Amino acid sequence: MDSLVLGNHCWLPDCLLQPLLTLREQTLGLGTQADRKLPAPTPGHLQQNQPLPVFPNPLCQSRGSTDAECQRNENPGLIMDPECSRLLPAFCSVLVDPRQAVADDTCLEKLLDWFKTVTEAGSSLLLLQENPCLVDLLSHVLDLKPQDVSPRVLSFSLRLAGMFAAQEDCFEYLQGQLLLGLFGEAGPLSWAVWSVPTVRSGWIQGLKSLAQHPGGLHFLGDSGAVDALFSLQGDSSLFVASAASQLLVHVLALSMQDKAEGSPSLKGSAWPACAQKIVAHVEASLCSTTALQITQALNVLTTTFGRCHSPWTEVLWGQLSPLVAHLLDSEPVPATHSLVDLLLSVARSPVFASADCTLWETIARMLSCLSPMQTGPLALGTLKLQHCPQALRSQAFGVLLQPLACILRATAQAPGPPGLLDETTQGCSMTVDTLLSSKSACVGLLCQTLAHLEELQPLPQHPLPWPQTLLVEAVVIILRLCDGSAAPSSSEGCRLCGTLAGCIRVQRAALGFLGTLTLGTSSWELVPQVFAILLETLKSPASSPTVLKKAFQAVLHWLLDSPTPPGCSDLGPHTPLFLRELFPVLQKHLCSPCWEVRDSALEFLTHLSMCWGGEANFREVLLASDVPKLAWQLLRDPESYVRASAVTAMGQLSSQGLQAASDSPGHPEVQQGLVGELLHILSVDSEGFPRRAVTRVFTEWLRNSHADVVQDTEWFVATVLQMVSRDLDWEVRAQGLELVQVFLAQTLGQPNPSCPYAVALPKVTPPSPLPEVLRTLCQMQIFDFAFRALFDCDRPVAQKACDLLLFLRNKSAPCSGLQEAGDSSDVASVEATLERWQVGEQGQPLGSLEPEVVLAALRSMDLEGLQSRLAESSDHVEKSPQSLLQDVLATVALLEENVADCY
Amino acid sequence: MKLYCLSGHPTLPCNILKFKSTTIMLDCGLDMTSALNFLPLPLVQSPRLCNLPGWSLKDGNAFLDKELKECSGHVFVDSVPEFCLPETELIDLSTVDVILISNYHCMMALPYITEHTGFTGTVYATEPTVQIGRLLMEELVNFIERVPKAQSASLWKNKDIQRLLPSPLKDAVEVSTWRRCYTMQEVNSALSKIQLVGYSQKIELFGVVQVTPLSSGYALGSSNWIIQSHYEKVSYVSGSSLLTTHPQPMDQASLKNSDVLVLTGLTQIPTANPDGMVGEFCSNLALTIRNGGNVLVPCYPSGVIYDLLECLYQYIDSAGLSSVPFYFISPVANSSLEFSQIFAEWLCHNKQSKVYLPEPPFPHAELIQTNKLKHYPSIHGDFSNDFRQPCVVFTGHPSLRFGDVVHFMELWGKSSLNTVIFTEPDFSYLEALAPYQPLAMKCIYCPIDTRLNFIQVSKLLKEVQPLHVVCPEQYTQPPPAQSHRMDLMIDCQPPPMSYRRAEVLALPFKRRYEKIEIMPELADSLVPMEIKPGISLATVSAVLHTKDNKHVLQPPPRPAQPASGKKRKRMSDDVPDCKVLKPLLSGSIPVEQFVQSLEKHGFSDIKVEDTAKGHIVLLQEAETLIQIEEDSTHIICDNDEMLRVRLRDLVLKFLQKF
Repeated sequence: MDSLVLGNHCWLPDCLLQPLLTLREQTLGLGTQADRKLPAPTPGHLQQNQPLPVFPNPLCQSRGSTDAECQRNENPGLIMDPECSRLLPAFCSVLVDPRQAVADDTCLEKLLDWFKTVTEAGSSLLLLQENPCLVDLLSHVLDLKPQDVSPRVLSFSLRLAGMFAAQEDCFEYLQGQLLLGLFGEAGPLSWAVWSVPTVRSGWIQGLKSLAQHPGGLHFLGDSGAVDALFSLQGDSSLFVASAASQLLVHVLALSMQDKAEGSPSLKGSAWPACAQKIVAHVEASLCSTTALQITQALNVLTTTFGRCHSPWTEVLWGQLSPLVAHLLDSEPVPATHSLVDLLLSVARSPVFASADCTLWETIARMLSCLSPMQTGPLALGTLKLQHCPQALRSQAFGVLLQPLACILRATAQAPGPPGLLDETTQGCSMTVDTLLSSKSACVGLLCQTLAHLEELQPLPQHPLPWPQTLLVEAVVIILRLCDGSAAPSSSEGCRLCGTLAGCIRVQRAALGFLGTLTLGTSSWELVPQVFAILLETLKSPASSPTVLKKAFQAVLHWLLDSPTPPGCSDLGPHTPLFLRELFPVLQKHLCSPCWEVRDSALEFLTHLSMCWGGEANFREVLLASDVPKLAWQLLRDPESYVRASAVTAMGQLSSQGLQAASDSPGHPEVQQGLVGELLHILSVDSEGFPRRAVTRVFTEWLRNSHADVVQDTEWFVATVLQMVSRDLDWEVRAQGLELVQVFLAQTLGQPNPSCPYAVALPKVTPPSPLPEVLRTLCQMQIFDFAFRALFDCDRPVAQKACDLLLFLRNKSAPCSGLQEAGDSSDVASVEATLERWQVGEQGQPLGSLEPEVVLAALRSMDLEGLQSRLAESSDHVEKSPQSLLQDVLATVALLEENVADCY
Repeated sequence: MKLYCLSGHPTLPCNILKFKSTTIMLDCGLDMTSALNFLPLPLVQSPRLCNLPGWSLKDGNAFLDKELKECSGHVFVDSVPEFCLPETELIDLSTVDVILISNYHCMMALPYITEHTGFTGTVYATEPTVQIGRLLMEELVNFIERVPKAQSASLWKNKDIQRLLPSPLKDAVEVSTWRRCYTMQEVNSALSKIQLVGYSQKIELFGVVQVTPLSSGYALGSSNWIIQSHYEKVSYVSGSSLLTTHPQPMDQASLKNSDVLVLTGLTQIPTANPDGMVGEFCSNLALTIRNGGNVLVPCYPSGVIYDLLECLYQYIDSAGLSSVPFYFISPVANSSLEFSQIFAEWLCHNKQSKVYLPEPPFPHAELIQTNKLKHYPSIHGDFSNDFRQPCVVFTGHPSLRFGDVVHFMELWGKSSLNTVIFTEPDFSYLEALAPYQPLAMKCIYCPIDTRLNFIQVSKLLKEVQPLHVVCPEQYTQPPPAQSHRMDLMIDCQPPPMSYRRAEVLALPFKRRYEKIEIMPELADSLVPMEIKPGISLATVSAVLHTKDNKHVLQPPPRPAQPASGKKRKRMSDDVPDCKVLKPLLSGSIPVEQFVQSLEKHGFSDIKVEDTAKGHIVLLQEAETLIQIEEDSTHIICDNDEMLRVRLRDLVLKFLQKF
């Protein structure tokens, strides 16, 4: 066992370091008596399969823990553990040994993360001084023969060195030959291993970590790294190219940080040399004839304006904007995507909040000269801007509406509100050409436009007036073109019909947009045509399962949010008619051979009845149809997802009193009752989803006092728990605990709100005296269930059980009279059994649980401790640095054994 | 090369191709939609049909009331149904050498052709095509023969009377050529003329044309045909499918590089996706059964029914229909279900591999074993004992004019709980239902046609790149009901040539080459000379021997040796007369060099004149002219043979000899 005394020594000054290290060695060697009297070990020390202690060690309790230990327990990664310090030299020597290959580089990645937290929490210099093996590692890597260098290890070392050098004192400590050797022109840059992308990436990331202070910045300038970065922008590896570009932005921002702080109008010519060099490179690239170079320059600028919002960026834009605008003169315009990103990035920057005419002019020019497919993202981005000239907004909106306006024109629909189509007529011919040029172009443009409009619709800054009618009409005609029911007279319309007929992608996009179009719709005259096309889509045998799902969602939106004419009270005039037509279609889909369709139909039914279960019209139509009966039959569907959805749907229908009428005595299921059917599923269904659904339904029923449950709640809860406790699916067990929680809340009152500001509910007094309630809980075997769940191998279950038992313990606190009454031998026996359970031997029954015994057991357990331990992520043991280091060493040891076997 | 189009029905084609010296009939489909004009033939006496009122003219004249009956506003012929035959007048059908059959639906007119036109050729088809075709014909004959009808209506066919009839009788075409169904004897005789072929088998026709069947993916044993000579290739595509159903997948690659591609038998319902239709079929079937109703599926005894049974096999458990009986009633039901299981080599890969397990390729075997599917030859006998409702009945004929289906329509038509689901696309369901009106039973139309749709055709044509496409005129324009759907037509470059019934097309096809073989010993004697890099020439003297459309070059007979002491043959006997051959010359004469050469050889006073065709070299002293043109050289000198020969040798030096 390790020494905790040494645990917090790492950050002591140099002078104290040596004696403590000696002491550590002694302690490690001797293993003193004091070591064995340590409190609960840190999670880092836990063996993987070691169970969490629940019954606290009395020794620990008496000792009390210090603040440092608490902190240590909470965040074990922040310090250099002595065990880790011990393992580090071996680890470093493995890394530089060319005969040892590190097979798994995820370990190295995780270790880098750990080093990062360590260096961020304290002095890197001290860390290096305490662990000289780390510096040795870096210099050894430089001394290796070219053929012995492992790309992974080199990359690791570069990133590690950068991390250490991020602190100025440590940078100076390492500077000399070491940093220059690693990052200079004579280093890996010139080695053969440079051709491996990992190495180039490690080099860039190392530099990025390093460039945090003026010293680092100078180093970058002097070592020629900036020139290397310029060429790396065009690297064959996208990751490397992107990282290079980001580092350039980082360097530019860092070099400008101090210089431009006080003088915002500092001219470009007075900028630091490093910044000037980068800007000059960007300028040269913007004037280049190759699209790749232009793209690189634009990407650097986009990142710059996105990240840096200092006044100097305005100067930079002033200097570069003519070059950017000049790009629009080329035919075709190069790097349009990047150009769009740049313009939007500049427009979003708070530095340009004041009206910058050149920027808006450039955007306006771009909107008018690019193809509709290219301008879509720019138009959307422009419309999303908070501050933007009205004229530009109109232009951008016009661009977005163009394809839809073209469709309306080609199909000779009503032209919509006056003015809107006129505005969008500019460039209309170009859009028509695009629409008709090829199927893929047409489909791509329409999908993009519909998605953009769908995104724009709910935003507060969406354009006004919003042409709702025009949009609904356009979407309806698009859907008609897709299902072949549109009969346009013009030749363009006919060609569109041929292109879009049966196109599922456009159909899905249009239905998605149609769904959102209910928002803000005020004209209820649109409702009939929308209902008509939705019904057609649902009826059509050609509709694919995904289209049907979208159509169901759109129907829900239009049914639940559609406007009603003034003076109309409930569902509006069209809805009852629509429902009458909808239910036969729903019936058909509930019988579909395609399970996805049955599933979506059930989900739709659930949502609809959840919202409308109380509406008389709806109830009437639903009960007159076969839908409830069919939904019931789907409880026996061969597909588990469908069974799960059927359970949810039936649960919902039953809550609303809408389940199949029991007038069909021929069906044995009906006689048995829905509760019986659901209990049957819970006990025998081989798949988890239906069982989970059943437990959720039961919880809801209990919460809402469903008639079937209220009859005999205790029997109901006990029966469900009996089934759930044996379930193999942890979610079912967790849901079982949820059910218990609801039951307890109803019997014992709500748990105290954890938030101090929450509205305090009036205290519910338990209907019967507490001892009696506890006795009932014992009889229902709720404690048995909760204790079993406490030692569940799945953490969420254990956590929930822990919360539940804590709640019970708190609630039973006033019942102190029971405490003394407990028979100590019974308590001891229960505790012993629980300890067995904890180590996985759950075969033994807990025996007869009396309230007194339960209370005693609850009080003796360290539930709070367990709660905090369970709150840690389950892989904290595997992720600990010690474990990672051991993994690396163990792999090597294994490799050595294998080598020995060969002889 | 000509194409004679004998049928106007695009999916039941009957065309004749005259190619080289052969006459090839491509399919002989029978258009049975004519039967829709007739009253159904009830298996059991139907009081409703018997009591239909006779039809009389507007002026009250009732002379047709024995022949025509009225039902819900429609007029039907009360007689044995008749079918519309392929055109017989366009070409003398006795000259047809062979008939190539693509699939069992496209051979239903075979007995009419082989038994009544003087046809003496051979019919080629694959084994499943013949076997299942026989079943279809047997079923048809059985359906019609078992309900004998005393009277035969013919008055209405009179052109002057037909004009007075209401639609659609008024508009029916070629009614005079409509014929009653053939007999079983004729069927047997017709089928005996068929020769079985396998996919990719090459069949020589008179040595001049080779025909090959290829899998078309549509039905068991269905084929497309390649008809080719050495330098020309015609592909005949009829009833093909790219969907993965039970048959072997379509062989597309072999259709490449055709000069002409004749394209027929595309889907009749281009807007319906077969998958969606199968879904619709299953949903409606389950809905009806759950409500306590019966389902009637009018169908052919083979084809899509196999796929439907397979879908139902997977579906019935999930839909809770395991206890519902499925009945398949047809005189050939048993044979059809069994045949399908034995044609393993004609099935798709999945089904083929099942045979090795060994398992029956189609799951309907299991349905039969577990008593979920029962089959009967007719509604009489065992069926009436086993009949249990609600149930699902598969039975023919899809036209609803004859077969057991007529009985079920009469039986179940009055209840709205029952449903009839149309899956065969060959007949308009509204017309099929017309004599049963008014009808309470629900009608669902889910036509399942797995044949190529227009998107697939356009991909296919891009893939196989034929020089010319020939197709029925229906495929060159959008369907009349959807005239805006430009996507529902064949779109290719150059635009397809279209045909209609009784039309003769001259195919745009030039005969360019013939293949001639050279006998080995003659080939041995050839001495090729390279005249340009890569091009060698040799002169051949041989006898061209032509027999069975094959051309062979044989060595010429040796000149007879003058036999000493024997009687010398007369010159005329020595055929052919082989003279010593003069060498052939090639090349051109460069004038300047030629003049230099003349000068070298002592000629002086040389003058060169350019003419329209070449040059004239004038040797003034010798009064001699040398006329040099592109393809000839003349030396004109008077009486000086020595000089002419000298000059000739100088000219020859510039030319190559072989």
